[in-house]
Amino acid sequence: MAEMLIITGLETFYGKIQALRGVDLHINKGEIVTLIGANGAGKSTLLMSICGRVKARSGAIVLEGLDITKAQTHEIIQMGVSQSPEGRRIFPRMTVMENLQLGATTNQMAYFDEDVAKVFDLFPRLNERKNQRGGTLSGGEQQMLAIGRALMSRPKLLLMDEPSLGIAPILVRQIFKAIGRISKEEHVTIFLVEQNAFHALKLADRGYVMVNGAISMTGTGSELLARPEVRAAYLEGGAH
Amino acid sequence: MSVLKPKNLNAILKDSFIIGLITLVLAVPIVGLPTINATEGLKIEPRWSVVILMVLGVFLGRLLLNLWWHREPTLSSSIIIQNIPLLQSLQQLLKFILPIGLIFALILPTMPFASRYVMDVAILVITYIMLGWGLNIVVGLAGLLDLGYVAFYAIGAYSYALLANYFDWSFWICLPMAGVFAGISGILLGFPVLRLRGDYLAIVTLGFGEIIRVILLNWYEFTGGPDGISGIPRPSFFGLEFKRNSEGTFSGFFGLDYSSMHRIIFLYYLILALALLTNFVTLRLRKLPVGRAWEALREDEIACRSLGINPTNTKLTAFAIGATFGGLAGSFFATRQGFISPESFTFIESAVILAIVVLGGMGSQIGVVLASVVLIGGTELFRELEEYRMLAFGALMVGIMVWKPRGLLANREPTIRIKVEGSS
Repeated sequence: MAEMLIITGLETFYGKIQALRGVDLHINKGEIVTLIGANGAGKSTLLMSICGRVKARSGAIVLEGLDITKAQTHEIIQMGVSQSPEGRRIFPRMTVMENLQLGATTNQMAYFDEDVAKVFDLFPRLNERKNQRGGTLSGGEQQMLAIGRALMSRPKLLLMDEPSLGIAPILVRQIFKAIGRISKEEHVTIFLVEQNAFHALKLADRGYVMVNGAISMTGTGSELLARPEVRAAYLEGGAH
Repeated sequence: MSVLKPKNLNAILKDSFIIGLITLVLAVPIVGLPTINATEGLKIEPRWSVVILMVLGVFLGRLLLNLWWHREPTLSSSIIIQNIPLLQSLQQLLKFILPIGLIFALILPTMPFASRYVMDVAILVITYIMLGWGLNIVVGLAGLLDLGYVAFYAIGAYSYALLANYFDWSFWICLPMAGVFAGISGILLGFPVLRLRGDYLAIVTLGFGEIIRVILLNWYEFTGGPDGISGIPRPSFFGLEFKRNSEGTFSGFFGLDYSSMHRIIFLYYLILALALLTNFVTLRLRKLPVGRAWEALREDEIACRSLGINPTNTKLTAFAIGATFGGLAGSFFATRQGFISPESFTFIESAVILAIVVLGGMGSQIGVVLASVVLIGGTELFRELEEYRMLAFGALMVGIMVWKPRGLLANREPTIRIKVEGSS
């Protein structure tokens, strides 16, 4: 299977503090890959490194054979990577439609109507709210909007940072269902960073576990779910 | 209206008393002991009555304010705030006001009350509307706080004055060139400040505004320094000048009796056209990707980057386009005044333009118009107050910020609105 993204020996620092200690990871085309780990393990830093928001000190990030380690954020996005960022970061004073328009910046809104229809099919709630300002949406709706906005650029690779953060359990289930549909229907490769390990591993083809800035375990979603150390650290008592 | 509890009343009295005391402490040296020229040198002549009046005035004023602030909340006021239909009807009202205002602006010179003075004030107000709209692109849409906008106004004015003086070029050739020069200087300012936001950006732009003024002041051989540039040519109407001669002049060509008002009315329509151009371009740009990117940048720069928007280009276009309109307004200013000097381009100008944008409601085009009319027109009305004019100006600003803290028109109008089935 062809690889979408290959990361080798990635090390990232914040000043003197080392956040990533040689991360090796690959994502095949069409897969859903999840990265789980505790707070402060370096999950978000890895995502930000892929997007070029923090620059890696050593190691390489290769997107479909192209080295993007040193590229600027907007260049990486224009190469077909899209992101639903942590904390959603929708534009609060702009309407749902305007947020979606901004998502289609990289393709100059060439397929706007078609793509909006797809997003509304995925999240009917957004259709009801399309003239509403982003800031007036509920947390779950904002997350839907962030995912929808990320899809508007027709990405090859969709990065998602904690889509279940601070969202009611019923909406979490809806959102994970939608992620499954995005993968199946749109053939988008998905890299999902999550604390909600149970949902993420159930959905994912493969998973990585990150501890202290390095990958400690890898395997298929069901393999990892069955591993006692994963259950003990991330699932016991926390499963829902 | 309200029943005050005694405990509350005590606190109010105490607060008012303290404020009165502070006034007393301040007023004694500042107001109470003026020096006057006497034959034997400076002499102090106390003015205790004025001090007492001031302290009493402040005490009573504070008391009344306190009573107002601590009044029992009445039912009606809370209903008005939540009454959204009222807000909608206000927006419908705006739809009517817009064309009426535009028509009024177009026919203003034909009105019977349109004296020389009224037209001068109208030209001044529209100049500030144009400057406000120009700065609105930078501050209101892109969210980049620019305290040195007057620099572009100055660059536009000096571009025209110098080109006309050195090369004898006509206003119509110099006008676009002044816009281009200002736009380029906008990009020059933009480059070093790309990484800055908020307070830091404000300080750098403030410095830029001062640098331009100081250069104009000190480059004596080129700009005339503090003497300024005089004898700036007036604009012509398609080559027809506004002069008393009968040959090749506006009045001669159209067979009219010469009147000095012709030029004023021409200038009025010129600035009106320039201002409407600014507004038209801004409204169009808002609906284009670059305009959307500006607004997105104002909302969240990191989200912008993660959507593939290049923040460098976005900021530079905002600076450049905003500056261009400042430059065009500057050229107009130069040709209207016939004389410019660095004194016309001090920081207070930047502050007034910024105040217009902020008080109007950041990003609101109509808000800028309202704020210009209130602030610029208002200060003209207050001219009879003489030395208390700036006091009235300040009070007006404080008043707007107290009652409309987010500006006169704080509602952002979406660039697209789509009908939702099943609801209105």
